[in-house]
Amino acid sequence: MTLAIFLIFAVIAVVCAINVVVQTHPISSAISLVGVMGSLAVLYLQLGAEFIAAAQVIVYAGAIMVLFVFVIMLLNAGAEVKHGRSLTAQLLGAPLLVALLGLLAYFVQRLYPRGASVVFGGFKHGTPLDIGRALFTTYLLPFEATSILILIGIVGAIVLAQKELD
Amino acid sequence: MDAFIVITLIKVVIVFATLMTTLLYLQWVERKVIAHIQVRPGPYRVGPHGLFQPFADVIKLITKEDLIPPYVSKPMYLAAPFIAMTMSLISISVIPFGPAIQVAGYSTWMQLTDLNIGVLFVLAVSSMGVYGIALAGWSSNNKYALLGGLRSSAQMVSYELPLSLAIAAPLLISNTLSLRELVERQGGSVAGAATASILNWNILHGPFPQILSFLIFLIAAFAETNRVPFDLPEAENELVAGFHVEYSSMKFASFFMAEYANMITVSCMAVLLFLGGWVAPWPARYGSSLVPAVIFAGAGVVALYHGTHPGHRRDRRTLPVFGVAFLAIAAFFLLPVVQAWLLPLFWFCAKTGSVLFTFMWVRGTLPRFRYDQLMGFTWKFLFPVAVMNLLVTSYLVAWWG
Repeated sequence: MTLAIFLIFAVIAVVCAINVVVQTHPISSAISLVGVMGSLAVLYLQLGAEFIAAAQVIVYAGAIMVLFVFVIMLLNAGAEVKHGRSLTAQLLGAPLLVALLGLLAYFVQRLYPRGASVVFGGFKHGTPLDIGRALFTTYLLPFEATSILILIGIVGAIVLAQKELD
Repeated sequence: MDAFIVITLIKVVIVFATLMTTLLYLQWVERKVIAHIQVRPGPYRVGPHGLFQPFADVIKLITKEDLIPPYVSKPMYLAAPFIAMTMSLISISVIPFGPAIQVAGYSTWMQLTDLNIGVLFVLAVSSMGVYGIALAGWSSNNKYALLGGLRSSAQMVSYELPLSLAIAAPLLISNTLSLRELVERQGGSVAGAATASILNWNILHGPFPQILSFLIFLIAAFAETNRVPFDLPEAENELVAGFHVEYSSMKFASFFMAEYANMITVSCMAVLLFLGGWVAPWPARYGSSLVPAVIFAGAGVVALYHGTHPGHRRDRRTLPVFGVAFLAIAAFFLLPVVQAWLLPLFWFCAKTGSVLFTFMWVRGTLPRFRYDQLMGFTWKFLFPVAVMNLLVTSYLVAWWG
């Protein structure tokens, strides 16, 4: 049962991810990206990281992607015009893809040898309590550094968006 | 295991049927309430007091021509009402209506399923609902629809911040994310318990009563459900009908149902977070178990009196029937056998109904905001107030607890 659910949502995630690249219209790509995030959230849920799953949907699918869609709608971006592929892309595309996938498979194999398989629901520290405790004790410095980075981003956005006053 | 599956299926059917009937009749209730606020009778022709009006509306919507305009982006156009509908109906699956009850020797909760991240689940699902509206506006290939979709997505993203902050404050006091435990912490662990008290509800509970938080939640909820005074996405005088201009027949109806289902979800969340869920306002030994019987008996007596002094010819037959029905319900509430599950359900429905009535009352009373006022209100007033409220609450919780 868990395996079936995993396979279904893994396939949906991969298909949506390919669709993000293949689609010519920005809105279709954005919606496919929402699909990727939704199915990733289900995979997190299966592993036992329920807080991460909920945060993934609330923050990424529910807030950030809505802003993406909003901007695409606001600018009324049209469909992308396909030009013929360049000779380099035609020749090197497929071999490079195979090489990348092979490298990824090799590293995954090296890092996680046989026997260290993932157990569904095996992750026991996914509750909001555990996450909060980890963020405010063990990882306090990275957490605060990230919030300062975000603050800098907000200030930068305001500087860029304000009109010249003179 | 088999009993669990069977009971769960029965619960799903009951909850779904109840939700659909409520959706159907909520619109009738709203039209009646607004009509009486504006001193007119409202729906009156179809059935006694217009009671069959919802069925007439449904038949009209189903038999209408379901046309798809040319030049729409077809997959998105078809998916949008489906997304809006699905996302608004899913949330009901985690909402608890009452405590554990005994059914044929089997103990079960009056709730479809309890998640330990129930509050986050509702937030996540409702934040996905904006796609239905945004996509409907964009895919219709219509300027008014696009403007409606843009307004609604900007509005929903903005008001989600004060909404989430207002939800976080009572969660700090209750110290849980599960909706069932949330009510238990407010005194609802046992049906009709002696501990039931209005002072244990999060809206009045120490160390910091969440009255401010409740008001912020309510205001943000009006905006999230695109209701008056925040119904800019469907402002008729500016945008014809907003994001659903190009939709007809059942596709139009599903946007309508999604709006009402969202209203129900938000009202249930307000009741669970702030108003103590299914807990009675005071213990049963001081007579809280008699309140539903008294209310229904009073309604029955009023209906009988008006039946004998009819203001309308038809009332001579219909009002006595209603009166007798209300009296029968009042008598049913006095049976000790059903009180264990009926009383919590009554209090939950009464509280949710009161919040829903507030929605309608506001719609009949307030004018619409201007768009810049709408955005300025949330970012310059509601958001800072919600942050301050959360800071004060967390400081007091840390200090006392």
